[in-house]
Amino acid sequence: MKSVIPREVESLWTLFTAPTIWAVHFIGCYATVAIYCAKAASLDFGFDTVRLLLAGFTVFALAVIVLSAWLAWRQWGFGVHDPPHDEPTRKGRTLFQGYATLLLSGLSFVAVVYAAIPLILIAECQR
Amino acid sequence: MAELGNFSPEERVAQEERLRRVWKTPGGWRYWTSVNNSEIGLWYGVTAFAFMLFAGLLGLLMRAQLAVPNNDLISADLFNQAFTLHGTVMMFLFAVPIFEAIAIFLLPSMLGARELPFPRLSAFGYWSFLLGGIFVCGSIFFNAAPNAGWFMYPPLATDKEYAGIGADIWLLGLSFIEVASIAAAVEIIVGIMKCRAPGMRINMMPMFAWYLLIVAGMILFAFPPLIAGDILFEMERMFDWPFFDVSRGGDPLLWQHLFWIFGHPEVYIIFLPAIALMAMIVPTFSQRPIVGYSWIVLAAVGTGFLSFGLWVHHMFTTGLPQISLAFFSAASEAVAIPTGVQIFVFIATMLAGRVIFSVPMLFGAGGLAIFTIGGLTGVMVALVPFDWQAHDTYFIVAHLHYVIIGGMFFPIVAGIYYYFPFVTGKKLSDAWGKVAFWLMFVGFNVGFFPMHFSGLRGMPRRVFTYPEEFGWDLFNMISTIGAFVFAAGVMTFVIDIFRPKPKPVERNLNPWNAGTLEWTNDPDESWGMRSVPIITSRYPLWEQPNLQADIEAGRYYLPDAKSGQRETLVTSVLDAEPIQCLRVGGVSLVPMVSALALGGVFIALTFHWWIPTLICAVITFISIMVWLWTGTAQIPEAEEVDVGLGQKLPVYVSGPASVGWWAMFITMVGDGTAFASLIFGYFFYWTVHDDFTSGAAGPGVIWPIAALVLFVVAWLLTIAARELNEKGPAGCRIALVAGMLVTIAACLAGLAGPFFHGMDPTSNVYPATVWIIAIWTVVHGAVGVIMQAYCLVGSLTGRVTVAYDQDIRNVTLYWHFVAFTAVITFAVLGLFPMVNV
Repeated sequence: MKSVIPREVESLWTLFTAPTIWAVHFIGCYATVAIYCAKAASLDFGFDTVRLLLAGFTVFALAVIVLSAWLAWRQWGFGVHDPPHDEPTRKGRTLFQGYATLLLSGLSFVAVVYAAIPLILIAECQR
Repeated sequence: MAELGNFSPEERVAQEERLRRVWKTPGGWRYWTSVNNSEIGLWYGVTAFAFMLFAGLLGLLMRAQLAVPNNDLISADLFNQAFTLHGTVMMFLFAVPIFEAIAIFLLPSMLGARELPFPRLSAFGYWSFLLGGIFVCGSIFFNAAPNAGWFMYPPLATDKEYAGIGADIWLLGLSFIEVASIAAAVEIIVGIMKCRAPGMRINMMPMFAWYLLIVAGMILFAFPPLIAGDILFEMERMFDWPFFDVSRGGDPLLWQHLFWIFGHPEVYIIFLPAIALMAMIVPTFSQRPIVGYSWIVLAAVGTGFLSFGLWVHHMFTTGLPQISLAFFSAASEAVAIPTGVQIFVFIATMLAGRVIFSVPMLFGAGGLAIFTIGGLTGVMVALVPFDWQAHDTYFIVAHLHYVIIGGMFFPIVAGIYYYFPFVTGKKLSDAWGKVAFWLMFVGFNVGFFPMHFSGLRGMPRRVFTYPEEFGWDLFNMISTIGAFVFAAGVMTFVIDIFRPKPKPVERNLNPWNAGTLEWTNDPDESWGMRSVPIITSRYPLWEQPNLQADIEAGRYYLPDAKSGQRETLVTSVLDAEPIQCLRVGGVSLVPMVSALALGGVFIALTFHWWIPTLICAVITFISIMVWLWTGTAQIPEAEEVDVGLGQKLPVYVSGPASVGWWAMFITMVGDGTAFASLIFGYFFYWTVHDDFTSGAAGPGVIWPIAALVLFVVAWLLTIAARELNEKGPAGCRIALVAGMLVTIAACLAGLAGPFFHGMDPTSNVYPATVWIIAIWTVVHGAVGVIMQAYCLVGSLTGRVTVAYDQDIRNVTLYWHFVAFTAVITFAVLGLFPMVNV
């Protein structure tokens, strides 16, 4: 049976998943707000709509990061093995990748939350 | 594990003789044609250091001028040139190149490679850097240095009355050096990914390699926006295209965006390699493996990413919507997390081990203390309201020097003390080192700490003098004294480097008892690794007994050089399994000639000498063609060669397995970033105007769409050429010829839109933007034609065959990017004006 959750991927790129989502979320928020604030006069919806939209986007980004973290946690063997993961084996390398990816997912989660805070506190463009 | 080789003493001598001959550094004037990483790294480092001393003298000149109020030691204009050149040289000619130098010098030995994959590219980068650097620095002696500050803000820097030829020297000289940086990034990424010793899986990589991998990746995304900005800027200065001229729809803020999208990651591009040196030094002097290897990876990757979300914090006072500022403020606070993690990892490593407080540790620890203070003021200025108060004052000057001198300069000095025996076989003096450290540490703090106060008292940066009654004189006098004490420390260090030192009585390759692989190398031999070892540990010299002896006895891979060519191993990305015996370029004049000729193009352009520009461009083109034809994708004498340990590996591989394919991919990622910056510019102008076309005619729909379709057809023909080549040369050649013709048509169609609609690029920013994006894509098409022609000639001369198809595969990869660029370009230019709100 085909698994819904992707199987383990043998790639270095998985390490960068969560920070990439942070980048996409960050640029998405910045670009949306910048365009909205520049073009507000010709648009027929308010800033609250933008905030709601970006709140949804934030939840989505966080969900993807959590998924990436879960995959990393699985790759790390659900924390059964302790670092430093310096064994000269394929297994050691995979555990290291899982652990480092998990840590990066944590950092990215926090960074996405940071980026979302202004959306809660600031209710207009404030030029 | 494979059985290690065993050679008789006679065989070993013969092997060493052959290796020595292959890797020999030429003598006499030909020494300068060397491309070996140890020579290039050394020249790079010494040159960058010399530029640093020059910029340091400019700093002292400024401090002397500011020592007392109403001083008339130097003129206002010379002061402007001095601070512009000081910042420019420190950033572009010291901070970035010195890390490229260290990387080129150290990486092969750390990774267990004989050489990085493209030694001639490193040499090319060095000569570009040297020429560009002399050009930029030399300008001040002709009173022609750039004088608008190291970030060259328009409209000041676009004003020809104020910023004369100096601005052009800055733009063209530095663009040239940025090319060298991207070349280094390609070299470093491919080297780290593909040239590690067998067994050095990614969880075994030295910390330095992890950091450098991230930094090189950052260069790919950070430098191209500046190159794009430079192009716009120079088009305005040279041809009056009004990108930053408000009266014709331009906007100086675009430059600020492009500059700081480069400029902020740049701070981390210079900081991370310095911290990487600390990550090598701290474990050695704690005599234990680093605590939290994975956490360092987190910190390096995390900082690398987050550093791209900070650029607007240099623009908090430009009137952007505050909600936008808040995003960047948040990211600026977030980056403190991974930065802090690294410092705690070092502290934990020191606590867990037994610290030996040697000179490198002194500089490292002192630097981190200074950096931490700079980091804390960084958290302060990341807060928008505080920044509004401190912006453009000496508080910022203090902050940036604390960050950069603490986070970058001190660790570099630590690294030089640490690696000096690796380079020369001799140690620097402990006594001199301690004197140098205390002079520098005390001098630095005395010099820069008072700037926080003069800044908070309102002293703006970049003023050449100030009146007495403002109450800034005491702070400035203290700062000047401190700066000279600091300079005395640097001088002590320089004298220590150059004073004659006796050769040590006993040969000791590893004087600090370090654990990492580079310390197995003998500085007297230019082959790097005597044989390429199998790695099973993060600290092989500590944990793999007999490693040194086995390497020196040639018991591992590539113990010989029977082919008479320079060879190194290529291994797989994740698990470092040997997959190829790579032949790298040897001694050659070609990198130097192409770099000097390319430099000639940039220099001639600065002075608008069109004929010399053209001549130099032709020489550059010919030398690059000679380089490619004689130095890349050579058909080997045999499919496979014996690499030792009973293993045979292919010499020629193509497609994603080859280093050339990776280099193309990485280069084009950088190229794509520059293109994205131009597209960003297009939409930026759309956001700042109600009607961004300002009523001017657009390129229409027909021509852009025709160009789009033709580019896609040319791309498909190139792919067809690659596929047909697998069946035989005939079909491939037809597809290539057709591809060239269609590409030429596509380029003409691309230019036809703006041309036939009479778009005058000097009239308004909209036609200028359309032209620049169209030209960008057409230039890529023209290069694509050259590549198709190169493959065609290769096919006709038997260089590109069914089995040996590296060239055509790499060209196809290039064409994927061209197709992507063309589709975006012509869809935006042709269709976006129709949906304009």
